[in-house]
Amino acid sequence: MTQIIDHAEAHALLHAALDGELDAVTQLRFDAHLATCPDCTAEYARLKAMSTAIRTQATSYAAPAELRAALAKAIPHAVEAPKPSNVVPFRRWLRPAGAGFAVGAALAASLAVLIDTRNADDMLADTIVTAHVRALQPGHLTDVQISDQHQVKPWFDGKIDFAPPVKELSDQGFDLVGGRLDYIDGREAAVIVYRRKLHMIDLFVTRARHGGAYPDSFPAAHATPSGYNVVRWSDGGQDYWAISDLNRNELGDFAKAWLGR
Amino acid sequence: MGPNTDTARFAEMALPHLDAAYNLARWLTRDPADASDVVQEAMLRALRFFGSFRGGSGKSWLLAIVRNTAIDWMRANRPAQILPAPTDDSDPFENIPAESDDPEAALIRIGDRQQLDRLIAALPAEFRECLVLRELEELSYKEIAAVTGVPIGTVMSRLSRARLMLQRALIRENAQ
Repeated sequence: MTQIIDHAEAHALLHAALDGELDAVTQLRFDAHLATCPDCTAEYARLKAMSTAIRTQATSYAAPAELRAALAKAIPHAVEAPKPSNVVPFRRWLRPAGAGFAVGAALAASLAVLIDTRNADDMLADTIVTAHVRALQPGHLTDVQISDQHQVKPWFDGKIDFAPPVKELSDQGFDLVGGRLDYIDGREAAVIVYRRKLHMIDLFVTRARHGGAYPDSFPAAHATPSGYNVVRWSDGGQDYWAISDLNRNELGDFAKAWLGR
Repeated sequence: MGPNTDTARFAEMALPHLDAAYNLARWLTRDPADASDVVQEAMLRALRFFGSFRGGSGKSWLLAIVRNTAIDWMRANRPAQILPAPTDDSDPFENIPAESDDPEAALIRIGDRQQLDRLIAALPAEFRECLVLRELEELSYKEIAAVTGVPIGTVMSRLSRARLMLQRALIRENAQ
């Protein structure tokens, strides 16, 4: 025969009973107590009414259609991204008809250089996308994880043979996360890591490879089919590549924020 | 197994739970745009970790990732909203009176949708998530324990305290 359970024990089991979490024997003992206890019966009824009200009235939010669409796009690309062989060559990132390269006066003088270096750009872009994806793996993002430019900048001293500018852009929505070293195209690169919401931005800085400014020394944006956007520019002494899964406009904002200082 | 098969398997497992993922993220962040950001990030994390998924409840597995992503996201972006958690070591039922003879309590008027949503949103996060997972996602205690990473006893404790807090708030606002 089932044992009688006392009031305190039954009271402690009210929620578990309500949630159907009691085993059969305990449920029987609980029911037996409830039949004799108006207090527990009333409390059980109140909890049940509230539970029912939450289930029937509180909002269950459905995923918005835009989110569903964004994921349908992002999921396949997220698989492609870590595979360098799937990275589309750099020239296909370019906007049509030289939108990125046509910079008036600089154009004619630089054309020859561009043609000569295009293949090198392919490889460099591949390397940077791969390095960014590698860095996104847990624990690899930053070697120095400090959100203060006065600490990130000295960290690079003595580790590389140039001084990458480290800027504080948090008032424009880009938080400084830290920095690390990478090796791009056989040269050392300083990587300054920023974050906007959940999106990491890697800013690769290398010594300028052309010994002068890129012809497109204003920011030029490229979208990759793997879901990453790249903006690059040069200030003559150094080349900059910002890469992120941020959308193109926001990454453009980042470049503007950087150049505005 | 190639990436395409993996993606297909992942999509087949995860996408049916997209509404649940969004609902949890929405209740944890309390903001529609934040919830979308969290779910996107969580789905990418889930895909990355999919190799370590050993079967079982895909819903619990995915919701655990959504929850952790939401917590990371809130720490990074809404630190002011992270409040110290009440201790869970205490007697789970200490706040529940042994005698429920409060005459007011018998007369609780359950509010409308707007009031319920508002009061649930005002619960501390640990209690809110348990309540949402139980009442809206209909997870078992065991599944909630898996999602939130706490023992089943703690789930019971948090859930009963969540209901008690909600009950008190309803009495405070609706009792005349």
